[in-house]
Amino acid sequence: MVHIKRLQEDGADILAVVGEIDASSSIELDLAIAKSVGEGSTKILVDCSALEYISSAGLGVFMSYIEEFRDKNIRMVLFGMKEKVANTFQILGLADLLHISSNKQEAKKLLNELSV
Amino acid sequence: MKTKALTRLTFLAAIVTWLVMLFSDVTVLFSDLKGLTPDVPVWLPKVMLDLYVISVFYYYKFKIERDEALNFTDLLWRVFATGLVATVLSLSLRVLDFLLGSTKLSSNIFFIDVEYLINLGLLLSFLIAAGTCWKRLILYQKSKWLIRGWLVFEMLLLIVLLSDNLQIILKEWVFTSISILTGLLALVLSANMKWVAYLNFKQKWTSLLLLLLSFFYLGYFLFTVIHFSDEIKLQSTAFLDFQNHAFNIYLFSFVMLYSIFSFLVILFNLPTSSVFEQKLEEVVNFQRISQSVQTEQSEESVYKILLESSVSSVFADAAWLEIKGDQQQNRLQTYQITESDTHKIQEHLNGRHVKGILDQSSDKTKNLSSHLATLKGTRFRSLMAFPVLVKGEKIGTLALLKELPEGFNKEMTQIVSAFTNQAGISIENFRLLKEAIQNERYKEELKIAKMVQKSLLPDKLEKDDDFEISAFSESADEVGGDYYDTLRINDHQVGLIIADVSGKGTTAAFHMSQMKGIFHSLAQETLEPKVFMMRANQALKYCLERGSFISATYFVVDSREKMIYYSRAGHCPVLIYRAASRKADYLIDKGAALGMVKGKDYCNFVETNTLPYASGDILVLFTDGISEAKSPRGEEFGLDLLKRTITEVVIRSPKEIQEHLIKKLYEYTGTEEIDDDYTTMIVKFS
Repeated sequence: MVHIKRLQEDGADILAVVGEIDASSSIELDLAIAKSVGEGSTKILVDCSALEYISSAGLGVFMSYIEEFRDKNIRMVLFGMKEKVANTFQILGLADLLHISSNKQEAKKLLNELSV
Repeated sequence: MKTKALTRLTFLAAIVTWLVMLFSDVTVLFSDLKGLTPDVPVWLPKVMLDLYVISVFYYYKFKIERDEALNFTDLLWRVFATGLVATVLSLSLRVLDFLLGSTKLSSNIFFIDVEYLINLGLLLSFLIAAGTCWKRLILYQKSKWLIRGWLVFEMLLLIVLLSDNLQIILKEWVFTSISILTGLLALVLSANMKWVAYLNFKQKWTSLLLLLLSFFYLGYFLFTVIHFSDEIKLQSTAFLDFQNHAFNIYLFSFVMLYSIFSFLVILFNLPTSSVFEQKLEEVVNFQRISQSVQTEQSEESVYKILLESSVSSVFADAAWLEIKGDQQQNRLQTYQITESDTHKIQEHLNGRHVKGILDQSSDKTKNLSSHLATLKGTRFRSLMAFPVLVKGEKIGTLALLKELPEGFNKEMTQIVSAFTNQAGISIENFRLLKEAIQNERYKEELKIAKMVQKSLLPDKLEKDDDFEISAFSESADEVGGDYYDTLRINDHQVGLIIADVSGKGTTAAFHMSQMKGIFHSLAQETLEPKVFMMRANQALKYCLERGSFISATYFVVDSREKMIYYSRAGHCPVLIYRAASRKADYLIDKGAALGMVKGKDYCNFVETNTLPYASGDILVLFTDGISEAKSPRGEEFGLDLLKRTITEVVIRSPKEIQEHLIKKLYEYTGTEEIDDDYTTMIVKFS
């Protein structure tokens, strides 16, 4: 089960992901990102501090947006991952494809750097 | 067989006792007339009569009471037939009498006595046959009290029968009370007429006729026997006078009483029998609808039965059943009405904007008769519409029409509602059954898929002087997305692969088979593992749908160089045990899964790594199904435990190491039903 909260801060969409993302709940993540993109956000922060577990299907969701974001010039930064979750990203090689920061401030900084 | 023998025995006993009775009675009569002391005791005829009655009673008990095949009219027919035979015999005696004229013989008192006793025997046998039949009719749908009542009645009759000979013993008042009790009981028992309700109209008429004829026999015999006994009485009283025999009177009265009751009840039930038949037919129709699932082949037949049953239950003049079709097209079944007339009525009602009429959205039974009055050129004056519901969704409408105004009453509405409900249930069952069969087919298909997929995994792995491999793979569903394989590239190089398709189940299985194709084509030639991954990524680019990917690790083991070249594409890290240092470690490297980066720049995300191997070294490959397997408490098996588990058994063969790992895994999870595909491949160098 996953619960995704969406709020806005300094012109960026913050998606706070709470719980576990498996094959079935990955659809919710996909919808949340799609909604954010659909409403024209160009800066997306994903708060992973309350994310307990992510399956390959969940990783697939992040992966599937990489090219779209590059084409549309949308920037997404993930932050606050627990070690176990970070490991999953690392093993699959997604850590090199996505922007990942340790906390919110750094994530915001990175977001601004990327915008330049 | 036993019953048959008993029937014969009792019949024989009846004949014998009757003959003894005949001779003894004639002897007694003769002695009385001549003023002599008879050679046989005076009480013998009476005792013989009792025995005769008992024999006949048991004869009919075996013959009629035990015969389950007899129905109500059969029973009445038995009574009638017995009476007929008895009457014919008696009449032929009369004819004989008539032929003899007024000869000496015909006026001889002994001859009259013989005639009298023959008639008495026939009468008694007829009465007892009737009594046995009445017993069965009275005890139809019996209760405990009814059986007891009947038993008491039989007992009382027996006492009366015996007391005829032992009159001295019984005091007057005892006898009177017994008589009253018997009479009351006979009345109470005679009130049990439940069987009459189950006769149909024709059977009722037959029964009336049979009863009427039985009355005639009874009257005839009564007259005959009284006539003879009176004639004898003129000369002597020392004979078997049935009028002194209370039992005969009682039995006669009872048979007569019940016959009269039956006759009257049947007569008064005649007008209502059609209603009862109607109800019975409704029940049968009900059963037909509910049983159609087992017996019939299609929904069509349910609709047909529904239409027929409803029409016949409410005596409708016409009807139609409209069933919602797959598309806009609705199917129509009609009875005594043309399709065009049906449409005319429907259009008329629609035209008048009568809300929720025959349209497919109404789920209430509606009396629409009032709207018919405004339709010209139709002969119908009453119209009722019933929805056919399946799982609360309306699938059709049943409309019943009558030429009479106000042609439907509440009972009719109720019964048709019940029919449509039952039809709905039957159709629902049909659909469930269909679904079940479909599911069964899918299961079969999946079984085949499982077999095919099993065959995609190698049953023999490459072997070399330098190493030995053992592998294990299991899927969470019928088919899975894990893949491992080996292929000899040339005499000193062997290609190894382990891969895991994101997700599981059928989709994963398809991609897994693609991966096998890619491996077998690319591993044919000597490729640097990084190049292998780049080409695989290129090939998979167009096959993988959005969001899915394949993690894989490809190895080339070179036995000449004693080196392993490998490239990891997002797969679980490789665990290597070094025999020299006796330590196991996970290899740290980088690599993105196949399908994650679609462009040419994928080459930036994979690399070829090199490591030497020595004797005793172990390479442990696995998918995340193993490392992420959860204990009942929700904790993951994890990389550390995996490492420890392997280190425990490093001296053993790869097969034993693999078995040990799986055993430990099952111990950890507490089940063999792990909710993911899991695979391991152990390579041990020698």
